[in-house]
Formats: sequence, structure tokens, C-alpha cells
Amino acid sequence: MMDDSMWVELLVDKGLVAAFLFVGLITWLSYWLSKHVTRGYVHGSAIAIAIGLGLAYLGGLYTGGNKGLADIAMFSGLAVLGGSMLRDFAIIATAYGADLTAIKKAGWVGALSVVIGVVLSFVVGALVAYAFGYRDAVAITTIGAGAATYIVGPVTGTALGASSEVIALSIAAGLVKSILVMICTPWVANSIGLNNPQSAMVYGGLMGTTSGVAGGLAATDPKLVPYGAMTATFYTGVGCLLAPSLLFLIVRTVIG
Amino acid sequence: MIVYGVALLSFCMLLGTYAGNLLGGLLGLEANVGGVGIAMLLLILLSNLSSKKFRLNAVSESGIYFWSAMYIPIVVAMAAKQNVLAALSSGWLAVVAGALAVAVSFAAIPLISRLGVDDNTDSETQ
Repeated sequence: MMDDSMWVELLVDKGLVAAFLFVGLITWLSYWLSKHVTRGYVHGSAIAIAIGLGLAYLGGLYTGGNKGLADIAMFSGLAVLGGSMLRDFAIIATAYGADLTAIKKAGWVGALSVVIGVVLSFVVGALVAYAFGYRDAVAITTIGAGAATYIVGPVTGTALGASSEVIALSIAAGLVKSILVMICTPWVANSIGLNNPQSAMVYGGLMGTTSGVAGGLAATDPKLVPYGAMTATFYTGVGCLLAPSLLFLIVRTVIG
Repeated sequence: MIVYGVALLSFCMLLGTYAGNLLGGLLGLEANVGGVGIAMLLLILLSNLSSKKFRLNAVSESGIYFWSAMYIPIVVAMAAKQNVLAALSSGWLAVVAGALAVAVSFAAIPLISRLGVDDNTDSETQ
């Protein structure tokens, strides 16, 4: 007979395999809820992602760590399965069979949307920082960069020498964005015309958060994933390029 | 062989990531710029090659389709390892900044999508 601690040990030892089982159970439950409770109105994937986020919140409460549910030892395999290596591997796989002509046609709008997306989010984040009483250019720039993605924020903050409190805020702003994109995309997809490769490329470019876009499109229409993911992947790079340089200089000029 | 498909996928990811690091370096950043996107383009280009020599057979393709289908489960695992607590407990500034950034970006999607649609291709893309 195995006691509890031996089970935990087993689940830690075979973490990735345990994560397959765990995600399988969440998915089964989610599709059941989708069919029987929401009568198909809310897609199973959307419910599964929401459950994942809810469990991540509880995991954070329970452990005080920063990897959500994956900080609990028996769920640590989730960090491997949901880590950036396998995530990127699967995202790339979705491109197989994608329509090359659709990508060519929307290529330049996709590229344009990345730059517009970075600037839009940055301006919004910077204005909010100003509204909350921040008056120095470094803090405003760092928080604006965080509103782009939670990677652009700390990269910019570190480059400009922002305080750790401001950097933490910028990461939190990026996390809020990423989570909201995951949750809200299926709800707004119809009203913003997110139903074809072209608008998916624009969506990826404007939102930019790879995890948000990955989750949002998975819950909306998996066929659109490659188009959105492709542009989103350039966003963080463009953000890291623009925020600590051009955008910082503009903020410093405006603040005086 | 299934592994041919998986190996091709790996090849694209490694080459794309390398190119993304190179691009980041050229721009003076210690960040990967578009590595995943480059890998995706590479995979699409390779899969669109008409050369008979390079065609994957259905079994090999299933190695790629497997990972493509694992995408949603992986995203669920990814959701479960997000730092949701930090996002929600850092105070209103972070929540307001993140939420407004999302709202404004969503609002801009229909405007920018319209830019790229020529009048004569509008109906085709639907």
C-alpha cells in the first residue's frame, strides 16, 4: 500500500506525465461543463483556461510563489508542460498547413499592427502611471512598457535604472493584460471581427502578449492560432527596442 | 516515420530561435526577436515546397499534427502556472493599466484590419 507522501513523491518524480493526466482531467471537466451547464455557449477550451487561471490564483495563495499551481510540488510538472519551450514547439506546429497567401496578403498590416500595438499599450500605461501620481520619466516609461508585456516592462526598467517597486508594478500590469486577453478574447471576437487570418494577424500584433494571444485564440478558434501567434512573437522584441530608447526620450521631453 | 515530422518541427524551432537571437543581437537587444514567428514561416515554406523529394508522407505529418493538437492542453497548463495572484494583488495601478491597454488594443483591431483589406479581396478573406 502506498501512503499519501509516496503518491506525492511519485507525482513529483514523474512530473510531466502527471501534468498530462491533470490537464486531461481539467479538459474533460471543462468540456462537460461547456456542454451541460452552459449548453455549448461557452467553449470548453475557454473554461479549461479559466479553470487553469483560477487554480493558479489558489496555488499562489497557498504557496506564495510566482508559478501559480506549479509551485505545489505534486503539480510541478505543469511548469514543464506549460513552459515556454513546449508552448513554442506547439505554436510552431500549428503553422503546419497554414495558408501562405493569407499571410503574404496581411504581412504588412501585421507588421504595422505590431508597432501600433506597442505604442498604443505604452501610451495607455504611461497615462495611467501619470494619473496615479508618477512624475518621473523613468517610472512612467517602465510602467508604460509593462502595459506592453510583462517582459518589456522589466527589460526597460532595468535598462533605465527604475526602482524595484516600479519594475514589480510593470510586471503586474503586463500580467493583468495577458490574463485579460486570455479571458476576454472569445467574448469580444465577434464584435471586433476576429474571424479570419487577416484580423487574427492584426490581433496578435496589437495584443502582443504571447501567452495571452495563445490562450485567447485557443478559446476562440484554434484555426486562427498560427496567424495571431506569428505576429505576437515580434511584439516583445519591438517593445524592448522602442520603450527604453525612442519612447523614453519622448516621455522625458513631454514631462520636462 | 513519425519522428521525421517531429524532427522537422525541431529543426524549424532551433533555426528560428537562432535567427531570432541573431536579429535581437543586431538590434542591440539581449532578447529574441521573432524567433517563433521565423520558425513558423520556415515550417510553412517547407511544407509548401512542391518538390517531391521533400514531401512528408501522412505518417510523418502526424508527428507535427500531434504537437499541433497538444497546443490547447499546453495552453491550459500554461494558464495554471501564471502568477495570477501577483497580477491581482499589486494594486489598482497595475489592474487599470493592464485593463485599459487591452480595451484600447481590442478597439483598434477593426480599424487596422480594415487598412489591409483591398476592396476586391474583401469577400475572399471571409
